[in-house]
Amino acid sequence: MNISRQLVNPMLWSGGPVPGEFYEFPRICRKTESDPLKHTLYPSTSGTSVVGFTYKDGVMIAADTKGSYGSLSRFMDIDRLFKATDQAVLACGGDIADYQFIKDVIEQKVRDDECAGSMKVLDAGSLHCWLTRVLYNRRTRFDPLWLDCVVAGFKAGKPFLGFVNKIGMAYEADEIASGFGVHFSLPMIRDARDKKSELTKEEARKLMRECMKILYYRDCKAHHKYQIADITAEGVKIDVCDFKKETNWDVAFYGN
Amino acid sequence: MEIIHEHQPGFQFDNFTRNEKLISQGIKMPKFHSTGTTIAGIVYKDGVVLGADTRATSDNIVADKNCSKIHYMQPNMYCCGAGTAADLELTTQMMSSQLELHRLHTGRQVPVVAANRLLKQYLFGYQGYVGAALVLGGVDKYGSHIYSIHPHGSSERLPYTTMGSGSLAAMSLEEAKILVRDAIAAGITNDMGSGSNVDLCVITKDGATYIRPYEVTESKGERQGKYEYQRGTTEVLKVYYKPIEIVSETVTPTSPPTDEESMDTA
Amino acid sequence: MALSLEHTEEYMRDPRKHQFSPYADNGGTSIAIAGDDFVMLASDTRLSQGYNVLSRNHSKCFKLTSQTLLSSTGCLADVLTLTKILEARLTNYAHEHLETMSTTAIAQLLSTLLYWRRFFPYYVSNILVGFDEDGKGVVYHYDPVGHMEKMTYCASGASVTLIQPLLDNLVGGKNMKDGRTTPITQDFAKRLIHDGFVSAAEREIATGDGCTIYTITKDDVTEETFKLRKD
Repeated sequence: MNISRQLVNPMLWSGGPVPGEFYEFPRICRKTESDPLKHTLYPSTSGTSVVGFTYKDGVMIAADTKGSYGSLSRFMDIDRLFKATDQAVLACGGDIADYQFIKDVIEQKVRDDECAGSMKVLDAGSLHCWLTRVLYNRRTRFDPLWLDCVVAGFKAGKPFLGFVNKIGMAYEADEIASGFGVHFSLPMIRDARDKKSELTKEEARKLMRECMKILYYRDCKAHHKYQIADITAEGVKIDVCDFKKETNWDVAFYGN
Repeated sequence: MEIIHEHQPGFQFDNFTRNEKLISQGIKMPKFHSTGTTIAGIVYKDGVVLGADTRATSDNIVADKNCSKIHYMQPNMYCCGAGTAADLELTTQMMSSQLELHRLHTGRQVPVVAANRLLKQYLFGYQGYVGAALVLGGVDKYGSHIYSIHPHGSSERLPYTTMGSGSLAAMSLEEAKILVRDAIAAGITNDMGSGSNVDLCVITKDGATYIRPYEVTESKGERQGKYEYQRGTTEVLKVYYKPIEIVSETVTPTSPPTDEESMDTA
Repeated sequence: MALSLEHTEEYMRDPRKHQFSPYADNGGTSIAIAGDDFVMLASDTRLSQGYNVLSRNHSKCFKLTSQTLLSSTGCLADVLTLTKILEARLTNYAHEHLETMSTTAIAQLLSTLLYWRRFFPYYVSNILVGFDEDGKGVVYHYDPVGHMEKMTYCASGASVTLIQPLLDNLVGGKNMKDGRTTPITQDFAKRLIHDGFVSAAEREIATGDGCTIYTITKDDVTEETFKLRKD
């Protein structure tokens, strides 16, 4: 049956440190596993938070480049963000395989539109709407795409930022984050907006860097290298940034 | 009767097995109040600043809109708590009395490490079942300290500076207060488990100042209507008079307490 | 050898298991009050998941026709799907019959749509408001699998347990000696909705941020919003 299971003494981790679940070894099985009626669905290689918000000229979203396998830092240079069209960018947290699958589907869709001579470009609103149906359909069939999608771009000429997750829960907002970003980045963005309602491009970029930095400090599955997409009326610009040299870990030596 | 009154130290586990069985049969145990809670503490130039919100919840219902989450430990030490409300209240009370006994026994101010050790050993003993997550802060002859103590008994000493907020050694009291206020306010507005006001407690070598509330971040909406009922709105369905037969009447005059007696009660 | 075996195993083993749940609770509260010549529908504007606020500006009311409004709270994924299907059916009907569907017909359609998913329900609490055949304001309340009840007022969603008794007493005149004698006016209904939300925001954590009230009369639908506490 499962040979790999027998190789390790099951007593080693069984009943192990549930407190705070510090030992997140992928082998740990949840108690529902033995129940044949319940489907156990899970992500393999996964990406962590995505952060996005609107600003004066358009929308900005960012995602770091790490792919984690359980708590193993498996891949350091994965892309989790891509330009679908000149008016739509998709960034995903969750399962990387599912992201790459949906990316292929969307790219083919865009090509099909082009070949069919469609005058209309797939915009962020349409992509978001399409994703809600695809993801809801998969969840209803109990075969979800394990994703937290953030769609950024333009809808009918206006900046658009939308979210869809693996069960098809979707909404539009001026600031959206997934994963740990909900806890760390959303308060930061809302604070910045309280102080100044309309951010300039420079302020937005600085804020995004700050958000990614805080996530890197506090989320053990986050990375210092990240992709950032800036979507304006002129089009999409995707950059790769890194702030490793700016980080400061002095706090680790406090009191020692 | 004697057995019933016999004093047993610690918690009573008599009904544990029974309750486990009842739960397995589907009985719902009562819900405890918890303090969803945002708490924070930082070390600054002359001491520490502790902060907390004031919302206590029971599921999705706000149980207390203005509860106090910064607990007294010693004149030089306070403790913020998050978790099960009863555990926090009673744990800090017990530890406070233990620390006071320690102070009387040794005849000197209790250092913050002692309180940290006492709390973590107590919590470790209960393997996380005493649901108290604490931020302990205080000033003693060794300096200013903030400890973060987890329900299972682990703890760490931290400066609790927000990343990149600058050198904390140079941070003034006002800067420190605003930093903690901002941290708590972020919790109040962005976390549904936290709410109402910001409480602060500033501790320096000269003593502690408890500021409650430091700020009321959200104001209550104003009701437009008045909801008073006419007398008799609740219908009286049945009236029954029970005749009371007066057998005798006695009047006992009472005198006001003397000075000596009133002193005794103190 | 043992080392290399364990090493390959690192990649073979099951990743951490997650239990997939097709539902989520996204909060939201709605109140509806009907009068003789109007009907009001209101919902708060907070979208939440767990203890997190996802949006502070998310109305749960959907304008189905010029005379019929729907409010859906609960699992947002289901809300979106249900309302999309409903809107598509209404459009179809309008194209086929060259007239908009009546409130009573929509009420029945919604019940049918909900029951269609009896064994994998839409996790949604619905209130449908509009006018009945006699032109009187009417409120329909639904359970997640399509039970439908016609009433004149009701609350649903996260704060239903706080608001419904208030409405029972003040609109329904329940538990009072003489009950309610005067008819419901727009002013009274609006005040009650306002105060109901203000009170619910005080004591229920998923309710807050803001509130939108829609008032439907024979002539038009008006919308107004007010703020609630954000904590």
